[in-house]
Amino acid sequence: MPKGRIVAGLLAPHPPHLIYAENPPQNEPRSEGGWEGLRWGYERLRADLAKIDHDAIVVLSPHWQTYVGWHFLGVPRFDGLSVDPIFPHLFRYRYGLDVDVALAEAIEAEARSAGLVTAMMRNPDFRVDYGTIVSCHLTNPAWDKPIVSISSCRSAAFYNIDVMQAQAVALADATVRAIEKSGKRVVLLASNSLSHRHFTSEGDVPEDMSREHVTSHAQHLWDMKIVNMLKSGRTREVVDILPEFSSQAIAETDAGSFTWMLAALGFPTYPAELYAYGTVIGTGNAVMGWFPKEAP
Amino acid sequence: MTVTMGLIVPGLPHPVLCPDANPGYRRLADAYGRARELIAAQQPDLLLVYSTMWPSILGHQIQTLPHPEWVHVDELFHALGSIPYRFRIDAEFGQRWKDAAIVRGLDARTVAHHGFPIDTGTVVALKLLNPDNAIPATIVSSNIYADRAETIVLAKAAKDALAAQGKRAVVVVVSTLSNRLHTDWIDPAADAIHSAKDEEWNQKLLEFLGQGRLEDVAQLSRVVQKQIRVKKVVSFKPMWFLSALMGANNRYVGEVLAYEPVHGTGSAVVALTPTVASLGDKEFDEEDVERWIGNREVLDAPPRAGLADAADDDDTDEVPELPTAAPVTVAPGVHVAASRAPKPVGAYPHARRVGDLLYLSGVGPRQPVTNAIPGGPIRYDDGSPRDYDIAAQTRATIENVKAILEESGSSLDKVVDVTAFLVNMDRDFAGYNAVYAEYFTDVGATRTTLAVSALPTPIAVELKVIARA
Repeated sequence: MPKGRIVAGLLAPHPPHLIYAENPPQNEPRSEGGWEGLRWGYERLRADLAKIDHDAIVVLSPHWQTYVGWHFLGVPRFDGLSVDPIFPHLFRYRYGLDVDVALAEAIEAEARSAGLVTAMMRNPDFRVDYGTIVSCHLTNPAWDKPIVSISSCRSAAFYNIDVMQAQAVALADATVRAIEKSGKRVVLLASNSLSHRHFTSEGDVPEDMSREHVTSHAQHLWDMKIVNMLKSGRTREVVDILPEFSSQAIAETDAGSFTWMLAALGFPTYPAELYAYGTVIGTGNAVMGWFPKEAP
Repeated sequence: MTVTMGLIVPGLPHPVLCPDANPGYRRLADAYGRARELIAAQQPDLLLVYSTMWPSILGHQIQTLPHPEWVHVDELFHALGSIPYRFRIDAEFGQRWKDAAIVRGLDARTVAHHGFPIDTGTVVALKLLNPDNAIPATIVSSNIYADRAETIVLAKAAKDALAAQGKRAVVVVVSTLSNRLHTDWIDPAADAIHSAKDEEWNQKLLEFLGQGRLEDVAQLSRVVQKQIRVKKVVSFKPMWFLSALMGANNRYVGEVLAYEPVHGTGSAVVALTPTVASLGDKEFDEEDVERWIGNREVLDAPPRAGLADAADDDDTDEVPELPTAAPVTVAPGVHVAASRAPKPVGAYPHARRVGDLLYLSGVGPRQPVTNAIPGGPIRYDDGSPRDYDIAAQTRATIENVKAILEESGSSLDKVVDVTAFLVNMDRDFAGYNAVYAEYFTDVGATRTTLAVSALPTPIAVELKVIARA
């Protein structure tokens, strides 16, 4: 069996607005569009991903929040209704997804042996978090690849973001080891935005793009700094400044997802592909990809 | 009295799903049972649930689906099992609360979608406190950005809605004391509070709550948040909410029904019942707030209809219309804090009943919620005098008297004696006297009018009233 490998790492933010704007059959609310820049970016990402053979998608979402360890979906199939707790008027989505339980168990076992606190989620009544669903839908709307869903251990809240990053790097190493042993070709999704200061009110028409802009100039400057560093391959420096970025831009990177993905990719020094940058209710969102070269 | 009892309950699922995994979990489940009995004795119309485990960011959300139904699984303790539920929600009250919140300047919305994720804390509380849905419930979110002012205004909006609908509620806040969990899996039989520091703080809070010192605890909320709380949400809000709903004082009978560790958290069931006695108030540093005027309009949305920004304009009398309070009968000895009257500027009630008489504290023209003075204040901020309309001030003063009397179960025609205070007798007597006559000519109340050098706020007139209850 050939050694498994990561074929792509994607920064795949999960604002439910993008699905709302798209009007897929799974989502009940209807819209007049909106956030086209980000959605067109996701289209280009999907076109690139279609050219890459892969067996599974591993996603780490900030919206499955666990205060005791890192958890993994461990049930082969989930069918359910996801209603966004913040934006229920925009996102009521019927989902059906397959889980690569074998790969999930393998990553969990590697993580546990590395000293991380972990758990397999075996309850069939569990509702999959909307961050996982949105990122997976936008990346693979056909839902024809099994996923591994990893929770966000809130170490940054309990301790600090440095502890979270250390754990996320250990989790990344465990992820790589498990993927290599599995023989599978895997796509990683970091399901997070960049700056994350929301507006706290909403217009009467949520998709009214005349109202959409970044919440503050400071957040814009932070987002551009991060995006430009990623475009020039400075991922390790980005991880080094994530504590400051997370604090000052109220960024979702405190969830560990971004650090985990970049670490699993080996902190790429080549430029990231920037598919799109746009704001959603004031938060900064970049759709970006890293595609490691296959060893000759 | 619109709120007859307050409960503080923890929200982790162990008392529902594994009560016998630890004797402490069983004692918590039993305490929930005792709380259920206390609720039944109150015969409330409504359970009003505020859960710190339901975060929101676009204002506050209030559940209005009449019968939400789901099989709930906690995102952390999923291995303990599933909790099927079907609740009974007072949708009409939820709508009224949302409207009252908007009147008070808050951003609020109702949610009524099948499948909306009701949080673990609310599910646990309603399953254990109201298992047969005998009492309709209302559920509200905890806005992650909301600090004290916004939280207590939310509570006051609930009081508005209760008064408007003439309902009596038991308030349930779902929150642990210390919320720090053990960050590894533990043997439930060996569960213990996360740290000695958390234990010490929890014991202090329980001592206060056991003495009925709710507002004292509320005043400590920021300190508590820093000392023993992981910042899942901003601030330790539930005590602000509960205290504001119950009157922001320390006059309660406090009963700690249980206190146990649940995966390291300080989980307590506490009941607070209003009484007249008190150990007294500590110095309250935090200001009271009637209306939220913080900047939430990041999107520059147009102001909502009916929301005149009266607080910024002392000359205007365009103030938000508050819900009409249902008449009540005030028992002898009871203090009245009227929701449709301006907030007192000191430690006194709006009214107090003694025997068959109601004694009102001095009442001026300030408007409830906004504190605007119809007819304008008598001086500028720098202290220099300014022109004002004594007729408008007098009319507003009498309307405030009328509101307090009506909320106390009385009315203007039951007034027996009035003492009037004017800061400028020569200038104002005629104008004051003419408006007074419009209201009191047929009442026949005795009256005394005095000139005084000043009143506590920049107003020209104040009335002291005695009326039949």
